[in-house]
Amino acid sequence: MILDWLLPTLIAVLLVLAGIGAVRRANLWRAGQAEKVDVIAGLMAMPKRYLHDLHHVVERDKYMSRTHVATGGGFVLAMALVVLVHLFGIESKILAWMLLGALTMMFCGALFVFKRRINPPSRLSKGPWMRLPKNLLVFSITFFVLTLPAAGVLPESFTLGAMGNWILTIVLSVLVLLSLSEMLFGMTWGGPMKHAFAGALHLAFHRRPERFGGGRSTGLKAVELASDSNSMTFGKIHGVAKPSDFKWNQLLGFDACVQCGRCEAVCPAFAAGQPLNPKKLIQDMVVGFAGGTDEKYAGSPYPNKEVGKAKGGVDQIITEGLISSETLWSCTTCRACVEECPMMIEHVDAIVDMRRFLTLEKGETPNKGAQVLENIIATDNPNGHSPASRTHWAADQNLKVMKDVKQVDVLFWVSDGAFDMRSQRILRSFVKLLKAANVDVAILGDEELDSGDVARRLGDDATFQSLAKRNLAVLSQYQFNKIVTTDPHAFHCLKNEYGGFGSDALKGVDVLHHTTFLNQLIKEGRLELDAFASNGGKVTYHDPCYLGRYNGEYEAPRELLASLGIKIAEMERSGYRSRCCGGGGGAPITDIPGERRIADMRMEDVTSTGADMVAVGCQQCTAMLEGVVEPRPVIRDIAEILAGQIREPKEGERV
Amino acid sequence: MLPNGEHSVKVVSLVSIGRHPQSGRSRRAEQDGRAVELGLKLAGDNLTVVHAGDSQEPVLRQYAGMGLNALTVLSQEADGDALPLMYDFLSQSDANVLLMGIRAESGESSGMLPYLLAEKLGWPLLSRVADIVHINQREAEVLLALPRGQRRSVTVSLPFVATIDNAAIEARQTAFGPGLRAKINLIENQKITDDTATAWQISPAKPRPKRMKVVKAKNAADRFKAATAKPAGGGGKIMKNETPAEKAQAIFDLLLEEKVIR
Repeated sequence: MILDWLLPTLIAVLLVLAGIGAVRRANLWRAGQAEKVDVIAGLMAMPKRYLHDLHHVVERDKYMSRTHVATGGGFVLAMALVVLVHLFGIESKILAWMLLGALTMMFCGALFVFKRRINPPSRLSKGPWMRLPKNLLVFSITFFVLTLPAAGVLPESFTLGAMGNWILTIVLSVLVLLSLSEMLFGMTWGGPMKHAFAGALHLAFHRRPERFGGGRSTGLKAVELASDSNSMTFGKIHGVAKPSDFKWNQLLGFDACVQCGRCEAVCPAFAAGQPLNPKKLIQDMVVGFAGGTDEKYAGSPYPNKEVGKAKGGVDQIITEGLISSETLWSCTTCRACVEECPMMIEHVDAIVDMRRFLTLEKGETPNKGAQVLENIIATDNPNGHSPASRTHWAADQNLKVMKDVKQVDVLFWVSDGAFDMRSQRILRSFVKLLKAANVDVAILGDEELDSGDVARRLGDDATFQSLAKRNLAVLSQYQFNKIVTTDPHAFHCLKNEYGGFGSDALKGVDVLHHTTFLNQLIKEGRLELDAFASNGGKVTYHDPCYLGRYNGEYEAPRELLASLGIKIAEMERSGYRSRCCGGGGGAPITDIPGERRIADMRMEDVTSTGADMVAVGCQQCTAMLEGVVEPRPVIRDIAEILAGQIREPKEGERV
Repeated sequence: MLPNGEHSVKVVSLVSIGRHPQSGRSRRAEQDGRAVELGLKLAGDNLTVVHAGDSQEPVLRQYAGMGLNALTVLSQEADGDALPLMYDFLSQSDANVLLMGIRAESGESSGMLPYLLAEKLGWPLLSRVADIVHINQREAEVLLALPRGQRRSVTVSLPFVATIDNAAIEARQTAFGPGLRAKINLIENQKITDDTATAWQISPAKPRPKRMKVVKAKNAADRFKAATAKPAGGGGKIMKNETPAEKAQAIFDLLLEEKVIR
């Protein structure tokens, strides 16, 4: 039979083509900047990262995870066996039967992929992705038939007569060519199966390997500033202007995208009709380093932007033709897309990298951005208040100041809420609780500076680094065991972004959010609270992005509310899927217009639970949610709720 | 609209080290920033920006971050007198438009430098400029800022000195990278000490008591009127057609009346 030599030839040719494609693709990634990765360790860890970490994310959609295990697992196994059985012609009934088993598994999975594609949700990309399930089915069926003789089910001498043989041979050859082209050739030449090839390598060479094995890595990476004339980077530009300014493994990461659109489904800016769609952004990055236009993109566009106009090249400025800067400034850095991405792509890193170019090199931070940055530089707070008025809020609080006491158990990091009258209510409530629990606490007073969160998210890493270094210098003068803050943004900076500046001011120090700390106090019995009388009203809790997704603290706020006897009416999107309030990443400052406001959408989430109070743990969320027009549920920081329930000691109990 | 022969008009913007009103920290001075912005509008890359003082001052990088390729610094100690340095530099250059803020935010902040410089150079001075609408090799059409958003259009022949009002277009955002890369051309000078100034004793000013603001307006319309109406004081008069002698006499009479001269 002709197939006897045609089949191995086809397999061999396509494997070689796939190999050539792989080298070409890898060369595209190599256009990026150097970044050290542990190649061997990464490759060794890859299967575990796939089976454990990636699958953990996919598992959130049970239908898809099972489908993928069957299809993907079946294919990998089948392909390996196809090479053994059909390319090398190893005659073994056991292998052939194993191959039949793998193909059956793949077939079952492919059926479900097919089923999902009959009426696909809008978040899925169409185009070439629509033909993939058909090719998966063709692959499994064709090779099933081809393997039957080897398994001994059909006799080797099975014939249909000369004519029938010819037809069968031609049909099978066409089907083999079709399915192998998709599965092997397409994998490295930019077809839908590219995700398997690039994805596997992306897992191996991920820029944040700490994320695997249940770890967390959310702090942005620092820009190497070119201010030092001795530095290697002197005279170079800051941030990412062209695709080739990304690290090579970031480019690889973009290529891993399967266009499942889970990011799009959770993105608050996309839902608000702002011109951002994380999936499209990643695809545009691929267009950027591979060159060409976005004509072939078959998913949802950036809201109100036409697809097909974007053009890019590896050495072309990204914001000049590929994506508009508005897209970059729409992001609230809420990290919902990163949390949801089954391929563990780092959208937020990429967006901030590109923002850095716009701010540090072009001076094009939109709207109030320039003014806010100028204020931060000149006064160390975003609104240009006098640095000498930072402690005015605490005039009646009788708080110790670090400059006087030098040593304390708990340092209270006040953050810029000190200047805002609404946030001051949260600060005072927290101080009241600290006093009720007899905590040895002090503040930095006027020595505290802005944490640098806003400057960094707006792309001004120079100012962030200056603030971080000066804050660390102040902190290093004093002794304290814990540092506690009511602001999750400052918390994130102190905990995750103040490392790597050569200071050990925070070494051995517990950095805590106030909800975590208050929860500890209650568990230790140092704080006694009365039950909360909600008068029949429901209470819900809004997870701040920088507390939840950035730092994994979902439990302490809930335990605190439970300790007051409050049963939380959870929102549909809570915990790691919490929807952003719209206040992060400098989004209220750059203020890119959309069709809705993110805060309004979040308030709809709140009201749909029937709650008449929403508990929060962030002054920024408080401000955003209180900005929603009434009537709406009331917004209270957890510290405020707790402070109202402090149990007054009875006369006899006083010591 | 802008110069037809691009390099025909040579614009120089003078910049000083500003002082933030809240923090007292050095910054890009508000009006000087606008002088650079206007200079960039008129001359683009050919704008010359000059500072007299310390070339190591980090604030200079904030000016440079507006997109300047280079910045000229006339080196000078903190107690030096900027006037002779500026005059020497300008008289040797072929500049014909000189832009600067109305007064510095730090130091003496007397607002005299533009006047003294204009006098020494023998150029006309336009104070409180909001915009330069049109310029060619011979003359420029300039908008002066008057109170309450009013503008006066004047035409002036080159060369001239202009001080830039807060009504002029705001200085663009400064970018870190270009600011860092800009070249600083240092021009060393003989040390000229401002002897008069060094003899002064300087002490912090006492805040003057503020007159209590009595709001007479009862409704929003009245408040709006109070905020926008022209000052009611009818003391001034506009003299257009009188002879110069008559105009001078009117000024002289006013100065006598106001007891400026006795």
